[in-house]
Order: sequence, then C-alpha cells, then structure tokens
Amino acid sequence: MKPAAFSYHRPKSLTEALTLLAQYKLDAKVIAGGQSLVPMMNMRFAQPAHLIDLNVLPQLAGVRRSGDMLEIGAMTRHHELAANPDVRALCPLLACAAATIGHYAIRQRGTLGGSLAHADPAAQLPLVATALDARIEVLGPDGIREITAAEFLVSVMTTALEPEEIIQLVRFPCRRPFEGHAFELFSRRHGDFAIASCAVSVVLAADTFAHIRIGLGGIGDVPLVLDDLAASYAGRQADMSAVAELSAHAAEAIEPQEHREISIAYRRDLVKTLTQRALTRAIRCALQDS
Amino acid sequence: MEKKAICLSVNGARYDVTCEPRKLLSDAIREDCRLTGTHVGCEHGVCGACTVLIDGRPTRACLTYAVQAEGAQVTTIEAVAKDGLLSPLQQALHECHGLQCGFCTPGIVMTFEAYLRDNPRPTEAQVRDVLSGNMCRCTGYQNIVRAVLLAAQRMCEDVSYV
Repeated sequence: MKPAAFSYHRPKSLTEALTLLAQYKLDAKVIAGGQSLVPMMNMRFAQPAHLIDLNVLPQLAGVRRSGDMLEIGAMTRHHELAANPDVRALCPLLACAAATIGHYAIRQRGTLGGSLAHADPAAQLPLVATALDARIEVLGPDGIREITAAEFLVSVMTTALEPEEIIQLVRFPCRRPFEGHAFELFSRRHGDFAIASCAVSVVLAADTFAHIRIGLGGIGDVPLVLDDLAASYAGRQADMSAVAELSAHAAEAIEPQEHREISIAYRRDLVKTLTQRALTRAIRCALQDS
Repeated sequence: MEKKAICLSVNGARYDVTCEPRKLLSDAIREDCRLTGTHVGCEHGVCGACTVLIDGRPTRACLTYAVQAEGAQVTTIEAVAKDGLLSPLQQALHECHGLQCGFCTPGIVMTFEAYLRDNPRPTEAQVRDVLSGNMCRCTGYQNIVRAVLLAAQRMCEDVSYV
C-alpha cells in the first residue's frame, strides 16, 4: 500500500505554512502526527497533491496554564497529554483519555490538533474536547478565531476548519474544586477504535450534584453531550441509585444507528454500563477533594 | 513526481537518498539504506513490525515518509546489539523463546528498548498494554511478556544500564 504522488513542503514558520495553504487550498493537506492521515493516504482514501508538514514547528507544541484554562499547543503529542504533570493534575480527563489512544508507538507521534482536525466520531480527543467545552484557536489569513469544540466538529470527519486555516492551540478548563473526571471506553480489541466511550465531569456540592457533563463517543456523527438530562439531576444526592438511574436514562436518550455487527440494543447497553462506571469513578474522584 | 535528494541519519551513519516524497521511511530504510532488519507488515500502522526510533521515540516507519525523517536521528534494529553482544532485551527474548519466525521481533525490540528506558520497572499489565501495539502470529505473546519482564529485572539489577 503506497500513497499517490504528492509534493512535500516543510515550512519553517507558521506564516510560511499559512502562505502555502493559501496557495494550494483544497489541494493541500496539513500533516501533524500523520497517524490517521498516512494510513488514509497509503490506502489512497486521501490523495492530497501537497503535504504541508508541521512537525518542525516547535512553537505549536506545549502545555501552559493561563488563568483557569490550560492552553495546549496543537502539535502536542498524545503521550505528552497522558504524561504531562499539569495535564494530569488540571485536566485529568484529557490525560486519561489520551493514554487510551491506539498504541504506545502511535501515541508518541499522534497530536491533539491532528485528532481534532481528523474528527473521527469514535476518537477520544474530540469527545473530551466536546465534553469539557474546550475552545479551539484557529489561525488563518485573517488572523485568529476561537471556536467551541461543539461548533468545530460538524460531522463525520468534517470540521469547521477552513482550507486555509491551521489549529494553533486548544483551551481546556482547569478542574475546579470538588470536580471529578472519568473516562471509559469499550473496544473489542485493545487499542482499536471504541464502539462506545463516555467522558464525565462531575462537580459536587457536599454530597449532591452541582454540575454534570456527560459526553458520549461512537454513538453519532459527532460526540454527544447530554446537557438537558444532566441538568435535571442538579441538586440530587450523588449516590448509587442516582448514578444507576442517570445511566439508564443516558442509554435511552441516544439514537444510535443500526450496524451490521453492533446492534442498537448492544450499543445502548454499553452506554449504560460505561456511563455508570464513569459517573461512579468521577464522584469518587470529586470526593477526594473533601 | 520529481525526486528529492535527502540526507538520512540512520544508526549514526549518513545516507544520501534520492526518492519521491511519497516513499515510506520503512521502504527507504530497507531499499536505500539496505538495512533489512526493519520489517514491513501491514503498511498502515496496525502490526508494529516496522517500528523504529525517531529521535529516540518509537515510531511506525510505515506512517512516516522518508522526507519527514530528514534532520532526525533514526535508530533501527541493526544498532541494538553492540559489538556482537545482544542487548539484555534481545538476550531475554532468546532465552525465553520469545520468537519463532522472528518477523515481528525487530518491531517489538525497538518498542521495548524505548519503553524500558522510560519505564524501567513495568508491571505485567503495563507490558501487555504496550505489547498490544505489536502483532505476533507465532508465539502467542506469553513468552514475549516473560522476556520483557526478565530484561527489565536484569537491567534494573545491573547498574551499567541505569
């Protein structure tokens, strides 16, 4: 499996990268880690005429705290997301989810920006970004604009990124006091794409729910956030019966598509189990603050 | 498509290669550098046979184009044994019967040479998690896991590896 011919560009600055994108537009594809793009090119599902490589632009990688947000450069690799002490402490959901992506060698190379731009409906990082309402900062010919993850992810492998734009960084909210995170996924083989996944953030006030975010992956074209359902549990006691009830409602709230190998009933059952596990772990994590 | 002249640094040696930008690093290593220890299996990042180190990090050579490796230090299986002496990991694979046909072995060795450097005392569960990225169709993984754990133990005991 060899890719179709292309021209290779290695810009030395972001300005040069933007100039190349403006010149080639839809004929060009930006390559970050390449862990999804290169398989697609090798199988000739993607045949860009020009490849613009961002791997030599170190300014696009890195993690820094800015007030109550964590700013993470688009070229930050999955293994860095999983291992970075700031990410682990301030955005544990992101660190936990990143540690489950693909395999060890894939995580050394794959990037945050690349995963978001690829927008696979079963991928971990688009789900976490949506569940935490992350902001994506995009650089284009007219300057910088910021998009919410929910606005950014339009459909299957389709984003709001214009052909002349590059993702610069992503802003994730730092974990608040009494906030717990948990990530759960199920795949048939370790490292495969998830059949279903669940990302949860829970904020407790004493032993009641103050705020809940439940994100589900692998269910529809884009990650799904159950805002209305979660809001109806605000003020309820955060105990096992509430968790069981909420998980059952989450499984009813989704509308998965029939798949020849994975029935709707099976996917609903997975969502119920994963949501229950994630909520339980997130509550335990939030209680550690008290 | 026009060929590009690039300079690859593999195992500390310089290779001047002229190739199309679409040439996979795995093919350049085998065909242009004539280092055939790096094996090619699936060519879409699933099997792990072509894993090499790029600047010390395990990387699928089939998911990297050779032109991208210019300016980086590439390390392949040929550089693991020093002066004819197997590395502790290679020695442990040999002793534990961690290979039969050997096709997947170079990728496994490159993956764990890097992993054990970062995580010198892995649990069995951690070894299995990392090994999930390398497919072996002969030995069924049990002896590979044993070999990695044995190598880790020996490397921790021998101060020369710390």
